[in-house]
Amino acid sequence: MKWLWPVLIGCSILGAGVLLTGVVENRYVYFATYVILQYIVLATAWNILGGYTGYVNFGTPAFFALGAYTATFLMLAYKAPFLVLLLAGGLISGLLGLGLGYLTLRLKGVFFSIATLALTVVLQTLIINWEFVGGAKGLSIIRPATILFFSSYSKFLFVVMLCLAIGAVAIARWIEHSWIGRGLAAIRDNEEAAECMGVPTLKLKILATTLSGCLMGMAGVPFPWHVTLIEPGSAFNLDYAVNSLAMPMIGGTTTWVGPLVGAVLLGVAQQVATVTISSELNLLIVGVVLVAFVILAPEGLVGLVRRLVKREHA
Amino acid sequence: MAATLLEVQHVTKRFGGFQALTDVNLQVHQGECLGLIGPNGSGKTTLINCIAGVLRPDGGSIRFHDTDITPLPAHQRTRLGIARSFQIPKPFTSMTVLENLCIPLAYTAPMQDRGTDMTAEAMAILQLIGLEAKAHMRSAHLTLIELRKLELARAMAARPRLLISDEAMAGLSSAEVDEILAILTALNARGISIIMIEHIMRAVMRFSHRVIVLDAGRTIAEGTPEEILHNTAVEKAYLGE
Amino acid sequence: MFSFDLLVNAVVAGILLGGFYAAVSLGISVTFGLLDVANIAHPVFIIAGAYAVYAVNTAYALDPILAGLLFTPLFYGLGVVIYRIYYVSFERAGEQSLRGLVFFFGLLFIAEVSLILAYGVDYRLIEAPYIGRSVSIGPIGISLRLGVPCVVGLLLTLALYLFLAKTFYGKAIMGVSQDSLALRLMGANPIQIKTIAFGLGMATASLAGALLIVIVPIEPSMGREYIGRVFAITVLGGMGSIGGTLAAALILGVAESLTSTFSGPSWALAVSFGILLVALAVRPAGLFGR
Repeated sequence: MKWLWPVLIGCSILGAGVLLTGVVENRYVYFATYVILQYIVLATAWNILGGYTGYVNFGTPAFFALGAYTATFLMLAYKAPFLVLLLAGGLISGLLGLGLGYLTLRLKGVFFSIATLALTVVLQTLIINWEFVGGAKGLSIIRPATILFFSSYSKFLFVVMLCLAIGAVAIARWIEHSWIGRGLAAIRDNEEAAECMGVPTLKLKILATTLSGCLMGMAGVPFPWHVTLIEPGSAFNLDYAVNSLAMPMIGGTTTWVGPLVGAVLLGVAQQVATVTISSELNLLIVGVVLVAFVILAPEGLVGLVRRLVKREHA
Repeated sequence: MAATLLEVQHVTKRFGGFQALTDVNLQVHQGECLGLIGPNGSGKTTLINCIAGVLRPDGGSIRFHDTDITPLPAHQRTRLGIARSFQIPKPFTSMTVLENLCIPLAYTAPMQDRGTDMTAEAMAILQLIGLEAKAHMRSAHLTLIELRKLELARAMAARPRLLISDEAMAGLSSAEVDEILAILTALNARGISIIMIEHIMRAVMRFSHRVIVLDAGRTIAEGTPEEILHNTAVEKAYLGE
Repeated sequence: MFSFDLLVNAVVAGILLGGFYAAVSLGISVTFGLLDVANIAHPVFIIAGAYAVYAVNTAYALDPILAGLLFTPLFYGLGVVIYRIYYVSFERAGEQSLRGLVFFFGLLFIAEVSLILAYGVDYRLIEAPYIGRSVSIGPIGISLRLGVPCVVGLLLTLALYLFLAKTFYGKAIMGVSQDSLALRLMGANPIQIKTIAFGLGMATASLAGALLIVIVPIEPSMGREYIGRVFAITVLGGMGSIGGTLAAALILGVAESLTSTFSGPSWALAVSFGILLVALAVRPAGLFGR
């Protein structure tokens, strides 16, 4: 049974995470690892559409924030339980991906990218006008006093994000090795040829966009509780756009390993950097590294490692 | 009289102000080899793109196996049995030769079979084409004739009833032309109907049962290779007045 | 509440805004419409131009329009350098647009963060004799803050149109977008022509930035609002048609102004995005397209 090993590994990681919450009390550990796990989800989600299929999404903040605001709305209006928030956030962001994809994916890929770039600003403007979820000023979010068996809400959020990260990576890995993944790769390599070889390119592209958006939305759902605040500036932060793009590009875009490596490396680096240097300078460095990689090492770190390994074998 | 496999009727195509095809009619019969020739810019590739579904004609209809396929997108036409090779090869560059073939093999198979391992069938096609030695080479590293063969192999992997070969021999040496010709003849012998677009006259004339000549978007002649060779309109189209 | 006066003033303001939007979109019209290079960083370079104008205005009290013109050669040079890097890294290898897009996004990001580091996130504005004054023609009030940029924007549009239609290099640029082989046969080097064209597109950012800071106070992240507008205008206008760009810019300006007046200013951006989606649906011809 091919899937037995991955399931065992996933469960062990989850188990280890839960055990960790019983042992470690330092709040900062959970805060920092939450951020990195969040980036694992975002980078992996981005890569399904960007790396596997070849369509660049600049609008990660839009999908992420939509998940966060959907959750906030449902919690304020209906006091919905957390699982419902998670599913709803994924659903709504997935629908956004579906809609945008349906409208723009019949055209050349660059038009999809341009639309995603404009999407964030527009969505942010609409949210700013929505007073119920706080509008421009935002709302403070109060964490529940008790949650399941965890001794702090931070631990709960950490485990939630751990589940999402394991799930996202598992989905990406499954897709990559399936006939869907091969179809996406064909679209990326040469879309016209793929279409003529029987690949239903539009359907697969829309599938990738929807799935990617859905995962990004789910990553956004816990965010208001993570920072105990929901406001447009932080939810729609351009950082998410750059990072969810830079991490796969630096790590490697053709496999599920790349975004994981990129998210961990870049995420840890940024956590360290934000403490030592200003956050703007930190972002500037990310931008420069991104440009350097896209010019000099487009296959990312995974690609470089592969080349090194081949050379040793040859 | 063999059954009609493909029927192109009154097809027109415009690009902005430029009329690429005007009232083109064409038939391919079951098991036939049809040669499609014409000077550069006469609309041959545009016609092929209309048949394959990459372009939508502005007027006219296309029927395959007596079904109107005009509204269908290209990938559905491929599944119905129309496959084409590209004039400028378009391999899936991140994949090996074998993996290139697995794409059409998987996607023209029914949904429940899509995940199965098709390596054996792919290797069989590669053996027919003569590329089995390169099966695990990345397609980005092939030579020109190998790329041309890959195009044909990939089209073969789509399990076609009709194969459209778009200038598969351009730029090849005489011996290489014969290799490609042999492959196409072998495919035809298996019952696959073929439309061959070529500039290399000896290949077209040897290979085709019938030839259609296109000039400036219109069909100007149709007949056996013999008839076409002696057709004055065709001479004029190629050599000028 | 609706009044004819309000309507007329909104339309007039929209037309004036449209003239400015045309200036802002010219760069993309050339680089994306004619050269097929999706330089999504263009709006942030316009903001950079606005900051450059701000810098000399506060230091030397130089008129913004003049300052914008002054910086044009610098921006042209910047465009040439960027295109060279882009061409060598991406276009020559025949790569898909994925990496080129990411490259420009990286530039966008680097530029925006650099501006934040240099100037902070507070709004900056400038002084000029025509800001704050307005002219009345009957019931129509034209504030010079909008009027001057509109006029300059129209002049810039006209200048670019004439350049592309009448000069050798201009016609070569139009030619390279359609048939670079024919161009080579005529003795012109397509790469040199494309470099000039890209430089030209970037050069317009300088003056456009000057116009921007006349109209509104600036801050580093403003470029993002303009991405949707600029591409909506370029696509609607027909990808490289200067006349089409102008027409589309006027349409967008009026649409935004009307929305702003009757529904509130925060909905104006949704209008440009909506027009972008509509424009993409109407493609490939656009209004005047190729």
